[in-house]
Amino acid sequence: MTEKNIQKLSVQGVAKYYDGLPVLERVNLDVEKGAFCTIVGASGCGKSTFLRMLLSQERPTRGEIFLDGIALPEEPTPDRGIVFQKYSVFPHLSVAENLILARELEEAPLTGKLFGSSRRSAFSDIGDLLEQIGLCGAANKYPAQLSGGMQQRLAIAQSLVKRPSILLLDEPFGALDPGIRLNMHELLLGLWRDLDMTIFMVTHDIHEAFKLGTRLLVFDKIRHDPQAPEAFGATITYDLPLSAPEFGAENASPEVIAGTISREKQLPLNSSKSNLS
Amino acid sequence: MRIINRKPSRVAALALGLLPFVATIVAYMVASHYRRLDNPADKLLPSLESMGQAFWRMAAVPDRRSGDLLLWVDTFDSLWRLGTGMAVSAFLALMLGIAIGFIPHIRSSLAPYLATFSLIPPITILPILFITFGLGEVAKIALIVIGTAPVMIRSTAQAVLDIPREMIIKAETLGASVWQMITRLVLPQVLPKLITALRLGLVPAWIFLISAEAIASTTGLGYRIFLVRRYLAMDVILPYVVWITLLAFLLDRLLLLLSRRAFRWHHVGGDAL
Repeated sequence: MTEKNIQKLSVQGVAKYYDGLPVLERVNLDVEKGAFCTIVGASGCGKSTFLRMLLSQERPTRGEIFLDGIALPEEPTPDRGIVFQKYSVFPHLSVAENLILARELEEAPLTGKLFGSSRRSAFSDIGDLLEQIGLCGAANKYPAQLSGGMQQRLAIAQSLVKRPSILLLDEPFGALDPGIRLNMHELLLGLWRDLDMTIFMVTHDIHEAFKLGTRLLVFDKIRHDPQAPEAFGATITYDLPLSAPEFGAENASPEVIAGTISREKQLPLNSSKSNLS
Repeated sequence: MRIINRKPSRVAALALGLLPFVATIVAYMVASHYRRLDNPADKLLPSLESMGQAFWRMAAVPDRRSGDLLLWVDTFDSLWRLGTGMAVSAFLALMLGIAIGFIPHIRSSLAPYLATFSLIPPITILPILFITFGLGEVAKIALIVIGTAPVMIRSTAQAVLDIPREMIIKAETLGASVWQMITRLVLPQVLPKLITALRLGLVPAWIFLISAEAIASTTGLGYRIFLVRRYLAMDVILPYVVWITLLAFLLDRLLLLLSRRAFRWHHVGGDAL
C-alpha cells in the first residue's frame, strides 16, 4: 500500500470489543502531520479507548492503525507522549527529578540514575524548560505539594522531553479551574507550534475542543437498538475541520464557532484567519 | 456541643492517654498490697519494689553460674534472631513481591502457590524445623521467616499492583526498560509500603520468636520467662513482659521514623499511621 503522501496516522476499520460487547466499530481516520485533533463524545462512548489504542496501551480487536505508514508497535514507545488526567507524574520524584528522568533512563541503562557531574548537567539543562512551564521556584518540591495546574504543566513538560511526534492528552485539564485552564491552553498551543507535533486530545469541554483543535472528532453511536443498548459500538460521527487556533481565541463567540462548523471542508492548517476575528 | 465535635487540648489529650496506664498500675498496686497483707511471701502479685530489684538483678548483677548479665544477653540474642529473621523476610518480600506484582507470568506461576503456603499455621512447621535444622539458631530464624514472609510477599506484590497503570505507561513512553522501571519506579514506590509490612509483620514475628525460644533454647527473652515460670518468679516475668513490649514499641517507632526520613514524599499527603 504505497500512497504518494503517507498520512501521519491512519486508522483503518478499527473495532474494539470488551467481553464480546463492542465499544468502537468501523473507525476510519486519516490525520495529517501537525494536526491538533480534539475528541469529544458522551461518557463511555470509547474516546479514551481510542486514545489508549493510539498509545498501544490496548490493541484493536479488528482493524489496524498505522503511524507514518508503519503498523503501531505492540507496546507504548517514546514516539508517542501521553498526559493523563491524573497519576501522570511520579510522586516519589521532585519536579526537577521528574523532568530529568527520561535522560537518566537513556544515559544509564543499568541503574536508570545519573550521579555526580552528569546529574548536575542534566539539572542545569532543564532550567529553560522549568522557566517555560513556570515551575522554577518549585523545582525541588514533590508533586503532592503542587497545585493541580502545576502538576499538569509538569506532566505536559515531562511527556515532551523525549520529543514525541504524537502527543496524546486524555482529559488533561478535566480537574482544573476555568482560569487555570486558559493558562494551560496558551501553554499547550505554544508548545504545539514550537515542536511541530500532532496532538490528540480527549476532552469533555466542547468549547475547549472548538478553541484548541484544527479538527474536531465526535464519537457517538450511529446504530441504536432499544432492546439491547449495548449491541452496537460507537464510531466517529462528525469530523469537522476547524480554523487553526490562535492565541487569545477564547474570546470567540458562539456564532463564530457555529460559522466555523458550517464552513466547507478544507485543509485546516492553511485556513484563513478571517473566520476568527 | 455534641461530644463528637469536642476535641481535647494537647495537655488534655496527653493526660487522657496516660490515664489507662496509670489506672492499670494503681489497680495492680492495690491488688498486690492486699494480697501481701494476707501472705507477705506471696509470689503471684509481687510489689513494684521487688520487681524493680529482680529487674536490677537481671540487668546489672552477673549471673552466679555463667557470669553474664542475663537481661542483656537475652535481649541481644532475641533481637539478633528477630532482626535476622525479619531481614530475610524483607529481602524475600522485595524480590518475590516485585517479581509477582510486576511480571504477569511469574504472578501466574507463584501467586496461587504462595496463597496456599501462607495458610499453613507456621507453628505446625516448628517440629519439622527442629528435626531438619536441629535446635540451634537456624530453626528459630526459619520459623520467623516462614511465619512472616508469605504475608509480607503478598502485601508487597499487592503494593506493586496498586501502582497506577498510568505511571507505568508513562515510564514506558519515557523509554524505560523493565529493569529501569523496577529500579526507578517500582522499588521507590514499594519501599515505604515494605516498611509498613515490616511493622505489621513484627507482631507475629515476636510470637514466633518467643514460642521458639520457649520450646528449645538456652538464651533469649522467651527462654527466660518460661524458665523462671517453674519458680513462679512473677517478679522476673512481669518486668520482662514490660521490657519486651517496650522493645517492640521502640522498633515500631524506629521503622516509622525511618520511613518519614527516607521517604518524605510518601508522608507529604499526611497519613496518621
